[in-house]
Amino acid sequence: MGLTGTKHGCELGECGTCTVLVDGRPVLSCLAVPAALEGREITTVEGLESALGLHPLQTAFVELGAAQCGYCTPGFLLASSALLEETPDPTREEIVDALGGNLCRCTGYLKIYEAVELAAARMRGEDVQPAEETLYGEA
Amino acid sequence: MAKPEPPAASTRSGGNLRVVGRALPKIDAVSKVTGRTRFADDLFLPRMLHSRMLRSTSPHAEIRAVDTSRAESMPGVAAVLTGKDLPIPYGILPVSQDEHALCFDKVRFIGDPVAAVAAVDEETAEEACRAIDVEYAELDPVASIGDALDAEDPEIHLYGDGHNVHKAVALEFGDVEAGLAKADLVLEDTFFYEGNTHLPMEQHAALAEWRPDGKLTLWTSTQTPHYVHRALARVLEVPASRIRVIATPNGGGFGGKSDPFNHEIVVAELSRRTGRPVKICLTREEVFYCHRGRHPVLMWMKTGFRKDGSITGMHFRSYLDGGAYGSYGVASTYYTGALQTVTYPVPAYRFEGLRAFTNKPPCGPKRGHGTPQPRFALEVHVDKAAERLGLDPAQMRLDHLVPPDSVTANYMKVGSMGLGACIEKVVAASGWHDKHGKLPEGRGVGLACGSYISGAGLPIYWNAMPHSGVQLKLDRGGGVTVFCGSTDIGQGSDSILAYVVAEILGVDPFEIDVVTADTSLTPVDLGSYSSRVTLMSGNAALQAAERARELLVQALAEAWQIPGSRIALAEGRAMDVEDPDRSMSFAEAVVVAEAKFGTIGTVGSYTPPASPGRYKGAGVGPSPAYSYAAAVAEVTVDPATGETRVDEVWIAHDIGRAINPVVAIGQVEGSVYMGLGEALMEEMTYRGNRNVVHRHPSLLEYKSPTTHEMCRIHTFLVEDPDPNGPFGAKEVGQGPLLPIPPAIVNAIHDAVGVRVDEVPVTPQKVLTALKRKAKGEEPREGPAGVPQFAWPEAVRVPPPWAGGDGRASDDPRHVGAGGVRGSVPGSVPGSVPA
Repeated sequence: MGLTGTKHGCELGECGTCTVLVDGRPVLSCLAVPAALEGREITTVEGLESALGLHPLQTAFVELGAAQCGYCTPGFLLASSALLEETPDPTREEIVDALGGNLCRCTGYLKIYEAVELAAARMRGEDVQPAEETLYGEA
Repeated sequence: MAKPEPPAASTRSGGNLRVVGRALPKIDAVSKVTGRTRFADDLFLPRMLHSRMLRSTSPHAEIRAVDTSRAESMPGVAAVLTGKDLPIPYGILPVSQDEHALCFDKVRFIGDPVAAVAAVDEETAEEACRAIDVEYAELDPVASIGDALDAEDPEIHLYGDGHNVHKAVALEFGDVEAGLAKADLVLEDTFFYEGNTHLPMEQHAALAEWRPDGKLTLWTSTQTPHYVHRALARVLEVPASRIRVIATPNGGGFGGKSDPFNHEIVVAELSRRTGRPVKICLTREEVFYCHRGRHPVLMWMKTGFRKDGSITGMHFRSYLDGGAYGSYGVASTYYTGALQTVTYPVPAYRFEGLRAFTNKPPCGPKRGHGTPQPRFALEVHVDKAAERLGLDPAQMRLDHLVPPDSVTANYMKVGSMGLGACIEKVVAASGWHDKHGKLPEGRGVGLACGSYISGAGLPIYWNAMPHSGVQLKLDRGGGVTVFCGSTDIGQGSDSILAYVVAEILGVDPFEIDVVTADTSLTPVDLGSYSSRVTLMSGNAALQAAERARELLVQALAEAWQIPGSRIALAEGRAMDVEDPDRSMSFAEAVVVAEAKFGTIGTVGSYTPPASPGRYKGAGVGPSPAYSYAAAVAEVTVDPATGETRVDEVWIAHDIGRAINPVVAIGQVEGSVYMGLGEALMEEMTYRGNRNVVHRHPSLLEYKSPTTHEMCRIHTFLVEDPDPNGPFGAKEVGQGPLLPIPPAIVNAIHDAVGVRVDEVPVTPQKVLTALKRKAKGEEPREGPAGVPQFAWPEAVRVPPPWAGGDGRASDDPRHVGAGGVRGSVPGSVPGSVPA
């Protein structure tokens, strides 16, 4: 299918770079048995975009630099979107828990948390911009 | 797809700048969040074959015979290679050409590649590898520095500075013994910093296509396409002009993709032999064997302090466990001794360092290359000195800072120096004075500092050419294309090029095309290492853009019959600032210029300034600018389990100027994360068979911080533009890692009163130290001592304040030895004004 978004990271189900959604729930595709997926709906990062453009999570990741090398990013986006489907207003702890199975070596996770929070607020209809200290550092 | 709207400019961005200083998205961010960035393993060519490599199961052995006949006859196998097919050695440094693409006569660690197969698919290639029979004559493995120095053990290589000693160096700047004699306190410590690895999320991958015209293209996940280009030409015996190396976007590098690698050469040769494209993607286990990560370093340090905390002299020794090959090791060795002098003045300094060969995956450069280990030692050592002298560790550092625009004992030329401002920021923000020594048992704060180069002053192979080049093309449609050899490894270097050019030409950075890291299309940039890219390619881009701007201005000045000084380029337009009604679009301005001058293209290049050091070894450490950082860590230590949790980190980084603050903060936060991992959990350790079998070459067992271990971070960017940086910018990708391990270890001492003089600080080490404390023994865990070694005679270099001219005193060209020039008025011991 030529979809490049789903990545090979560890072959062991430890890093989360191969995350896809199966019927809306995050699954490590490297450990998934193809026969068990028959007839089920699989969403890769390519499925997050719509005709309207980027998913709010994607927009927030772009704004905050939450994707550095970008290799782990599809996995984080899918795990985050599954979280926001069930929990539209997650606490920081809920985000930390939901993303605990995804490794990122570039960002230190903080910009990812902030992007998830920003996207969640916008998806709830709030008109919010990134905080000054997120973009420019503390004064 | 709509491009993201840039947020409004912050009131904190500088002066009249329109792009620089703004928190803009990276130019490739949308590709990354949509999964469309094409990493090396995403590439596919028609008739492509797949390669796998057979790796040694022995840590140290002579290769008696390799029988590939069974593999060659397997259906689906197109070619099989062994060491004799690629007999020319190579290596990143000219002085350490000690690797073969496939082991030639000997294997030197478990994982060393012996043979390679190209086949119709990966499974067939893997099966064919298993059908290759290798006969080894086992040699005793060398597992440690102690083993290496033991003359009874076999030699791993037949070159270097002694039996299994790859490099041994000794340098003395001034009379250290006399300095120590003047001290009120002489402190002696030993430290150990365990090795660890980069662990980029993307495995190394490469795709080679040897075309019918006899030219080779290699796409590869590398940080240094220029050095891969040179290695391929050497080993394949093909002129460099027939080879094109394209670095694909790196899915993380951190230094781990900075060497030319065996698999890159192997797929090129397999493509030459089969006439078909050949791809390889390493497994995670193989990435652990590629390694080139943080050297395990044992360190000994003896420093004299006056009562006020000033340093009177320092003697530092480092012992690096290099693993099986040279890699960057000679530079790594020098780096462990180079930057001890650029933070606090050291009036007399002696450095001795050695790197041993052992039968383990080769170590090399990881984020901070050779400097996090000695920085850990120095910052913990200084914390102990402050305690002994009854001084506040923050104030003691503030009272003794290397001044800006000065030269250190070992001839590092410091330009802008914002460490004082960094310390003040984190002390105030963390509430240091209310916390240090005052938190309840089990909680504590620690402070540490660091400094790092903004690019190495000298190239890896000696030459007088620029370190970075940029070509700029303006077309009559208004398009601007930047060509540069630099490699984006996720740090945002492609975006930096676009921002710099956009600032000068007054165009939208998201309208600029950036073509990078392609040895046929782009001028050389030496690579993404040593935190050099923003400063060096940024300066080259700045020069090219200013030259292009000048062409536009000249053409418009003539067309409008006004002086060029009245012409401004901004917001995608050119205008007369005194008559704003007279303006045209940028595209129209390019048409005017092209009509006058012909095709509009400019070049820019950058070469670092010469360093004042002229002694052997002076090539490692000099930089156009040093970044500085200070951090306070707050920790909670559970005395029952020994477990340390980092609750919060305050970090201030002296960046000169942030070209893009949100990208810079991302580098700071990522550095803190990686430093936290090194401080508490990450380690490349070995087991079995005399301790040379990798203990955990998988992501299941190699521990790295997940979201659950990550702490809250408060980042402060200290901006004091450095004259050598583009718009004043200095590095940010590596320096912020340096203060983190020592800040955490100093905080553990503040929390529970024990010193753990080695990282990672595992719960077991804390418990051991706590048990010793309870028994009334020295409350410490760490190395007991250092091995015996006959250091070479030191190269003696008089410091600048003793009349030195940067040369060794036995150099016949040395002038001024014996204090002819004397000290410079107003200078601080340990540095003189530049």
